[in-house]
Amino acid sequence: MAAKKLNIKDKYRLLTRDLDWEFSYQDRKEAFPYEEFEGIKITDWSKWEDPFRLTMDAYWKYQAEKEKKLYAIFDAFAQNNGHLNISDPRYANALKIFLTGVSPLEYQAFQGFAHTGRQFGGVGARIACQMQSIDELRHVQTQIHAMSHYNKFFDGFQDWSHMHDRVWYLSVPKSFFDDARSAGPFEYLVAISFSFEYVLTNLLFVPFMSGAAYNGDMATVTFGFSAQSDEARHMTLGLEVIKFLLEQHEDNVPIVQKWIDKWFWRGTRLLSIVAMMMDYMLPNKVMSWKEAWEVYFEEAGGSLFKDLARYGIRMPKYAETTEKEKEHVSHQAWWIFYNYGQAAGFHTWIPTDKELDWLSEKYPETFDKYYRPRWELARQMEAEGKRFYNPGLPQLCNCCQIPMGFTEMDDPTQIAYRQTVYNGERYHFCSDGCHDIFVDEPEKYVQSWLPVHQIFQGNCGGPGVEDVLRDYYRMNVGADNLDIKGSPDEQRWNAWKGVA
Amino acid sequence: MTIEIKTSTLEPVRQTYANIARRFGDKPATRYQEATYDVQAETNFHYRPLWQPQHELNDKGRTAIQMEDWYAFRDPRQYYYGAYVGQRARMQENAENNYAFFEKRNLADRLGDGIRAGLIRFLVPLRHVEHAANLNNMYGTAYGYGTAITQAMLYDGMDRLGIAQYFSRIGLILDGNSGEALIEAKRAWMEDPLWQGLRALCEETLVTRDWFELFVAQDLVLDSLIGQLVYDQYDAWLADNGGQDVAMLTEFMQEWRKDRTRWVDAVLKTAAAESDDNRALLRDWAAKWRGKAAEALSPLAREMLGEEALEQALAELEKRMAKAGIN
Amino acid sequence: MSKVYLALQDNDLSRYIVEAIEEDNPSVTVNYQPAMIRIENEGRLVVRRETVEEKLGRDWDVQELHLNLITLGGNVDEDDDELSLSWNR
Ligand SMILES: [Fe+2]
Ligand SMILES: [Fe+2]
Ligand SMILES: [Zn+2]
Repeated sequence: MAAKKLNIKDKYRLLTRDLDWEFSYQDRKEAFPYEEFEGIKITDWSKWEDPFRLTMDAYWKYQAEKEKKLYAIFDAFAQNNGHLNISDPRYANALKIFLTGVSPLEYQAFQGFAHTGRQFGGVGARIACQMQSIDELRHVQTQIHAMSHYNKFFDGFQDWSHMHDRVWYLSVPKSFFDDARSAGPFEYLVAISFSFEYVLTNLLFVPFMSGAAYNGDMATVTFGFSAQSDEARHMTLGLEVIKFLLEQHEDNVPIVQKWIDKWFWRGTRLLSIVAMMMDYMLPNKVMSWKEAWEVYFEEAGGSLFKDLARYGIRMPKYAETTEKEKEHVSHQAWWIFYNYGQAAGFHTWIPTDKELDWLSEKYPETFDKYYRPRWELARQMEAEGKRFYNPGLPQLCNCCQIPMGFTEMDDPTQIAYRQTVYNGERYHFCSDGCHDIFVDEPEKYVQSWLPVHQIFQGNCGGPGVEDVLRDYYRMNVGADNLDIKGSPDEQRWNAWKGVA
Repeated sequence: MTIEIKTSTLEPVRQTYANIARRFGDKPATRYQEATYDVQAETNFHYRPLWQPQHELNDKGRTAIQMEDWYAFRDPRQYYYGAYVGQRARMQENAENNYAFFEKRNLADRLGDGIRAGLIRFLVPLRHVEHAANLNNMYGTAYGYGTAITQAMLYDGMDRLGIAQYFSRIGLILDGNSGEALIEAKRAWMEDPLWQGLRALCEETLVTRDWFELFVAQDLVLDSLIGQLVYDQYDAWLADNGGQDVAMLTEFMQEWRKDRTRWVDAVLKTAAAESDDNRALLRDWAAKWRGKAAEALSPLAREMLGEEALEQALAELEKRMAKAGIN
Repeated sequence: MSKVYLALQDNDLSRYIVEAIEEDNPSVTVNYQPAMIRIENEGRLVVRRETVEEKLGRDWDVQELHLNLITLGGNVDEDDDELSLSWNR
């Protein structure tokens, strides 16, 4: 019998879609119990469009090929002491933030997609989530392996997972993903697959990784772009999820819009850390944060939301605010860390003249007016031996958990404060976006493990900040923190390079 | 004697991450170690899950099993992602060659009608069993504790999806890609009394809440029994009855079974060795699911292989339970 | 109209793929950045298997594209013969 040839769509359907069955002996709702409580209405899972039709055998084959290439480069990088090729020792500090702040999120993505990959009633969506789950595990593990060599030569990498659970600024990324994972499965997908992966991760991975290449970091650019090759699949899943939910029932539209608004804001706040990495921590610059935001959000996101308009979806709330913020956030964020550099697990510094000039050029509307004078003053104080550290602990936003240092965007000299009272307690926020998110779900956000509150309550050891850093965070105080100037990282670098 | 070129200024400050050094000393670590130990968040979770407010996001309390250190479940295969996909890629390449050879030589045509009907009735419906196994291992991945065991459960879950797809391809080879064999096999799964016990049991596993109990039910009891019946006894029966070529199509599963049995047994042994309470739990669960599975599989085993078949499979399960100390 | 785009790792294989894309989508813009190549087009962009095979001189599976793909924007449709990106399909 001559077998007919199957095209990829039919083949995938036969190999995947038909595996599930109608239950006869148990209540299916017991097996998939979390599909209804968010108010999302799914009328027909079979309408799910598989974005990519990757069977497991093809998955193993292609992924193994990617891994083989990647690990060959890691091996070569370690054998040739590739860390000596980076542009400048300051660059390694961006990687410290990456390993302590971002890699654990990859792990949470692995967990979150395992959860949805078990819980969705539709087999197509489930399997797409499962494949993403295993991809995300790949990402965290390849990142650990890429950084493994840096960890041997630089301070601040060594206790990344312990730090992620505890350190004050790392609660920003941690709470972001805890928020998504503790939400229902559909919100999780809108949060991570759509708002984060589709709309925002390009900003994290593409220009930053291109920057890694430009700063001589072979290991990072290789894992970054290799991870991105999975990301193309994840982004497409994000778009399919949105279309599927919107097509299933019109009642889903306002729910999805609310989630898009929330997660867009949550995501932009998280990315303010990336903004500062791009503008301040990459010694060789590829593009400014503002430019990246314009290409990857305003342009690409603009096309996307135009496409989604037919479902009644509009641009995320406060997108116009971000248009102003792109001029400011990186400068304000780095300033916050410069102020609290004694309590950070990486090194801080004042931009060089050349860097200040670059920032002036890239931010003609704002840099010279608001930020350059600050850095010049900081430099003058440092020269006079009066390097200033803020000895207190910052107040944190009760939603995004970033220290309250962002300003009103129409008046960059005025710190933005928003507040609300819930059950007799007062809560503080950095912005209208964070305020609205809290007010919509106060029972959730009153639970926030705010690191500064926790220190004040004595839950992180103490009594002094230095005790917390040393004992609770397990930082090597005097090595991991403070300015790069005079740090062991800098001394070693100079020794390797034969600089006195 | 090994000669070391000393470039004293290029001495590493440390050999591995601090958490690995605390566990194993500050010496060069394996990729498995760095990618596995202490990777999962342990504390200071911000919000309770809306879908399970009685638990933290990562919570040891989702099973009755208790461990001093959840990272005691070292995978003897030491699979991290890269090692895992590398191993499976080799296996799938071999399988791909087998399937291509089988199809090119039209080996399906050499199978007698009886064998062919038997494969559709006994082998192809296993794609649904594998699908349940996929979900059950994803369950452990999502709600289990510690990367050591959850990553291994994810690899097993993905393996099961792959195996479900291989069984489906066997159906497509038998029906010339029309999909009719898959429809027929599904009808058997849904309606044939032979399969109903097993289908009911699969559905029961899908509503089981304790993830470690589910691991015992699925990865020890069900997989041990079905594996022995299908990959040992049915395979031997096919070889003796003109169906020996089918072994080319199940070689992947044979190899997989050897590989993952080592891991399952290691997990059980570690959990049982931890405490008498654990051992008692595992013993109860194994006995409970062994009873259910024996009953569910008995008509199928009899029809597929004869009267003694199930006894043989049960004997192998006993042996594995004894090895883990939970008989 | 809106732009669709994809980005590939800058390596030898990608050069052939880019050549094929340029042939099948004459209006594309190709932009070289450190370690990556970004390709964009108004409305629609297609990567055709046959053209890539012609450039490479060997069989090429559309799914192989994923080995080099960094990111993309637009609605994806992938089958045995091509991968296309589009808005407002
Ligand atoms: Fe990822
Ligand atoms: Fe991703
Ligand atoms: Zn905030």
